[in-house]
Amino acid sequence: MFLKELTELSGVSGCEYEVRNYIKKKLEEIGCSYDIDKLGNVIAHNKGKKSKTIMVAAHMDEVGLIVTHIDGDGFIRFQAVGGIDPRVLNSKQVLVGDKKIPGVIGSKAVHLMSDDERGKTIPVEKLYIDIGSNSKAETEKLVSIGDYVVFVSDYVEFGDSLIKAKALDDRAGCSAILELLSMKLDADFYGVFTVMEEVGCRGAITASYALEPDLGIVIEGTVCADMPGIEEHSKSTIIGGGAALSIMDNSTVYDIDIVRSTAKIAEDNNITYQFRKSSAGGNDAGAIHKTKDGSKVMAISVPCRYIHSAVNVASKNDYNSVVNLTKAVILANQKGE
Amino acid sequence: MNFNSELMKKLSDCFSPSGREKNIREIITEEIKDYVDEIKVDPLGNLIARKKGNGKKILFSAHMDQIGLIITHVDEKGFLRFSNVGGIHAKEIIGLSMVFDNGFQGVVCCEELKYNEKLTMSKLFIDVASTDPEFVKKNFHIGDMCVFKSEYYETPDCTVCRAADDRIGCYIQIEAIKSHPVTENDVYYVFSVQEEVGTRGAKTAGYSVNPDLAVALDVTATGDSLDGIKMDVKLGGGAAIKLMDKSMITHLDVKNLLTNLAEENNIKYQYEVLEFGGTDAGPIHMTREGIPSGVISIPTRNLHSAAEIINKNDVLECIKLLKVTAASK
Repeated sequence: MFLKELTELSGVSGCEYEVRNYIKKKLEEIGCSYDIDKLGNVIAHNKGKKSKTIMVAAHMDEVGLIVTHIDGDGFIRFQAVGGIDPRVLNSKQVLVGDKKIPGVIGSKAVHLMSDDERGKTIPVEKLYIDIGSNSKAETEKLVSIGDYVVFVSDYVEFGDSLIKAKALDDRAGCSAILELLSMKLDADFYGVFTVMEEVGCRGAITASYALEPDLGIVIEGTVCADMPGIEEHSKSTIIGGGAALSIMDNSTVYDIDIVRSTAKIAEDNNITYQFRKSSAGGNDAGAIHKTKDGSKVMAISVPCRYIHSAVNVASKNDYNSVVNLTKAVILANQKGE
Repeated sequence: MNFNSELMKKLSDCFSPSGREKNIREIITEEIKDYVDEIKVDPLGNLIARKKGNGKKILFSAHMDQIGLIITHVDEKGFLRFSNVGGIHAKEIIGLSMVFDNGFQGVVCCEELKYNEKLTMSKLFIDVASTDPEFVKKNFHIGDMCVFKSEYYETPDCTVCRAADDRIGCYIQIEAIKSHPVTENDVYYVFSVQEEVGTRGAKTAGYSVNPDLAVALDVTATGDSLDGIKMDVKLGGGAAIKLMDKSMITHLDVKNLLTNLAEENNIKYQYEVLEFGGTDAGPIHMTREGIPSGVISIPTRNLHSAAEIINKNDVLECIKLLKVTAASK
């Protein structure tokens, strides 16, 4: 499990190099061949028995912020990169740019807020990053427009096999693929670490164009809604409920025969699984299945509470179920000629 | 040529929402297999039939899928929760009967008695008329889909059915295949999947066929009812030649080709500008280096409802226009 190291790296969409460098180093340790394509996707190849081309994909990028303006007093204005709920931004610690300048996200003091503003979510335009600078000139020495911003959030283990970290969506998937590659299975598959999923599955478009997979398996960190006050039918996934199998989302209607045969594989191997009971969201599978003349896809996910915030929470048991189920699916599909 | 009510009823009655097109693919395959030179199913499930030739490569596309609902949760009492598959809105379906692939039915009910403008799908559920939760658990599963239950009906000039969108396009292509004109053109008839969730099948079919010209056959709205839609298309006005929708601005060469063919062959036609929606021609015209594309539309009232209304004569004009396009220089 590479989750601690992976979640401590920065990799907002379009700026995934820290994650890519880490993965390259690990692949070299494992002894696995790989290529980097023009967009920055890492495409690793586990050679083995082959009856079809399998692409296992996880995305390296995480949601974050990007600097858009430095104002007269040295405060930094920003926009979100990927889908961030503005509710999770105020009063968070962040790191700005390659130099990792520490900062905090601030907003107008509550006693200055109008009645209309109080009790409401503060929009991104009204927030700023404070790096403790006193002037525009001072800030400009440390920060440039276009610098990426990440949340500060330690990797913490707590409760019953739970972990808290940032970017579990989708470093959980990256870690899972590294584990699968290190197993040296006698079953051929490509382990693909994609860029820019959070801004529209862009890396997966070019990676699947190059590989032309027969089967795409996407490993994701996915929405979990098992918190208080949620009705049973709205709980998309549950922490500890096992690997989550996607049925349908905004990008893909999953082949129901594949979904059910994957559930059967889980049952036969005593792997805990659940169905992802939501049709919202999307992932790299949406791009992969529509590439060239098309391919079959599935998505196997680790449920993540508070996804797209600084404090994702996931279960190590669910993560292990995802690794084991993906392994079983690869082996079942790659029995050789 | 007369309207083949029996065929259209068979197509409309077939259960095949987006991503579950197996049944309709089998029916269409059975109808056309003796009339085409090649037939294949691609990885997404598109049915691609070919009438071989050495001339211009033309792709026609009609989508096989229909809108529906997908089960996301089965509760302890035996009620089903769901999401929509394609363009279905919560407040439009309360009280409607739905039917599953296995023939079981359910009725859409609402947790709130008062109809609320902001009603969402999460407040709705399906009652499958059983007091036995075990029966429900055994026969209804997460991932099962259902579609409107609806009875096919005709008047002297019109047809009323579910899924006219786009089984009528499939119907037109089947009839054209069966009476395919003598031509040198290399003609591909695509029966596509997953149009209703984002024209997904057409994207891969367009890529693999890579035609010189593409024409989609799909339904369009009309402005001749009292439902508030403002547009010039009307039922009985003939084949509609699409000029624009949200997914495509029709290539002028294709507009001119279809218009001239209609004029020369005395085919009744009308122009269509649709301010919402898109068709298979959307992804196809942006495939590879670009493919000049157009749409022959079938005017339809009550789109995306359990009772879509089309005019039989419009359909016959669409078939004529498709056939002369298939044989065009």
